[in-house]
Amino acid sequence: MSISRRTFLTVTGLAALAALARKTPLVRIFAGQAPSKAPPKPSTRWAMVIDPEKCLQEGGCTKCIAGCDKIHNIPDFKDPKHAVKWIWKEPYQDAFPEQADRFTTERFKDKPFILFCNHCDDPPCVRVCPTKATWKRDDGVVMMDWHRCIGCRYCMAACPYGSRSFNWLDPRPHIKELDPDFPTRTKGVVEKCNLCEERLAQNELPKCVEACDENAIVFGNLDDPDSEVQRLLRSRFSIRRKPELGTHPEIYYLV
Amino acid sequence: MFMFEKAVTGSRRYWIWIGCLLAVILIGFLFYLRQLHYGLGVTGMSRDVSWGLYIAQFTFFVGVAASAVMVVLPYYLHNYKAFSKITILGEFLAVSSVAMCMLFIFVDMGQPMRVMNVLLHPRPNSPMFWDMLSLSGYLVLNVVISVVMLRAERKTVAPPGWIKPVILLSIPWAVSIHTVTAFLYSGLPDRSFWLTAIMAPRFLASAFAAGPALLILLTMIMRKLTWFDAGKDAIQKLAVIVTYAMIINAFFILMEVFTTLYSKIPEDVAHMKFLYVGLDGNTELVPWMWTSVLLALVSLVLLIVPRYRRNEKILAVACVVVFLSLWIDKGIGLIIGGFIPSPLESVTSYIPTLNEIAIVAGVWAIGMLMITVFYKITLQVREGLAA
Repeated sequence: MSISRRTFLTVTGLAALAALARKTPLVRIFAGQAPSKAPPKPSTRWAMVIDPEKCLQEGGCTKCIAGCDKIHNIPDFKDPKHAVKWIWKEPYQDAFPEQADRFTTERFKDKPFILFCNHCDDPPCVRVCPTKATWKRDDGVVMMDWHRCIGCRYCMAACPYGSRSFNWLDPRPHIKELDPDFPTRTKGVVEKCNLCEERLAQNELPKCVEACDENAIVFGNLDDPDSEVQRLLRSRFSIRRKPELGTHPEIYYLV
Repeated sequence: MFMFEKAVTGSRRYWIWIGCLLAVILIGFLFYLRQLHYGLGVTGMSRDVSWGLYIAQFTFFVGVAASAVMVVLPYYLHNYKAFSKITILGEFLAVSSVAMCMLFIFVDMGQPMRVMNVLLHPRPNSPMFWDMLSLSGYLVLNVVISVVMLRAERKTVAPPGWIKPVILLSIPWAVSIHTVTAFLYSGLPDRSFWLTAIMAPRFLASAFAAGPALLILLTMIMRKLTWFDAGKDAIQKLAVIVTYAMIINAFFILMEVFTTLYSKIPEDVAHMKFLYVGLDGNTELVPWMWTSVLLALVSLVLLIVPRYRRNEKILAVACVVVFLSLWIDKGIGLIIGGFIPSPLESVTSYIPTLNEIAIVAGVWAIGMLMITVFYKITLQVREGLAA
């Protein structure tokens, strides 16, 4: 059988394209790491409950932030315009602008609240991402693929909580102490709190929960009636950031 | 290639102009390389104001692309013969502005080499995916239409029959580019400045003013510099279109102002405050926005009074004023104003850097170069016919 030059090129070209198309979905978020083994149980819905009273006990405490920054290689940019934040603090009235009525304000005004990605049930960031570089797992974790992100920053415009940061410059020279167990990011991609999915896969608690000596952050499965998160939310009044937007944030604050 | 040989013969003045444009493009390109090397941190954008001049210019030039539909529609649907000589100019202007839009998106990307991910891993419920389809479709339609029509004109034959449905398709398609671009913004839950159903109609109104206004100016420049005359009737008809569109645009903006200020919902009012009186001591955009308002008022007077509109010198001024007013409104205020204050109520100042402005100027120069070359080819073809 004779193959013309043209047919040969067409066939090899198509084969190469097919190979590419098959390979791409295999690109993992954490290249070189074993794929996350946590089976997405249908009955798992991770959530966190913050107790601001406990959190505020030790003024100026940043143990959760420092712990998170360290294990996730989060760069420390001096210019606040370029800041990368996974956990950060905002005064109560900025974190909950709609709920700042006179009396809660008296109690909490200017008090720093710790903020995270809310790992929403219906996350606007996921909806708008044009490349599926961010998606929601069955257990509720809103994930990011830093190798797929094209840096369009549509998710930053869509997030109502300011939970997403962009690497305006190369983050690597700004990492204080490199942790080889976690990937660093490149300039031009968006990142945010991943609820320590790499630790969940190893059956460990998120770092911020572990780092807090006051037990101000409780982590657990919201679908489990015996979990501490569900017990707390049943017994105490809690608020969430901007619930009226229908995003169903899964970080609760006890008041 | 598509008659490009016709663009390489020209007067000294033509070449000086081309040279200047190439110089601006080169400077812009060098600054783009710098941005590629250091990251988007070389711009004035920040965590809070995460889109800036690039995306704002993109939004504005989607509007300019409406130049085509506003000549094509009267000509093909209403058989308005005075537009026969300028439909192709409108289409070429659309091609150039859509190309600029795509470049503005491209220079805004943090990881431009991954641009194909939008096709490899598309998410159909992202408006950005649809905007890409809509814009590239409009580009292809207008390229095909203008090339086919110009070829037919050169050979003095009737254009092929299949082009008519393509032209008709380009009319609703033009509506789609404004609508989908508006949806990029108007569907975000906590950007109250953009969260308005009137966004798409507003985009259409401002587009139908800005596109034809620029087209009027370009035909006037051509009449001054070349033998080509679009004709008084065509220019006057375009002027009427600009007038109606500008009135509707002003009406829509007033709708927004009423709903926001009368409902007094704090986060909605905050954006208006930032733009028109300043917020938390930040008055960066206040002079710009009032300039835009003032220019809009001046343009309305010049356009609505028939005596002024029919005077082509005054009409030229009116078109410049319309263009500037809408450029400030969409090319600055709409996008920046949507980010300030942030959802956490912080006011972060945004001032574009020299690097950013150089890249924007480079993209503008690319657009002007495209227009120059396309119009040059068109004139050469028509000159050949006349000779």
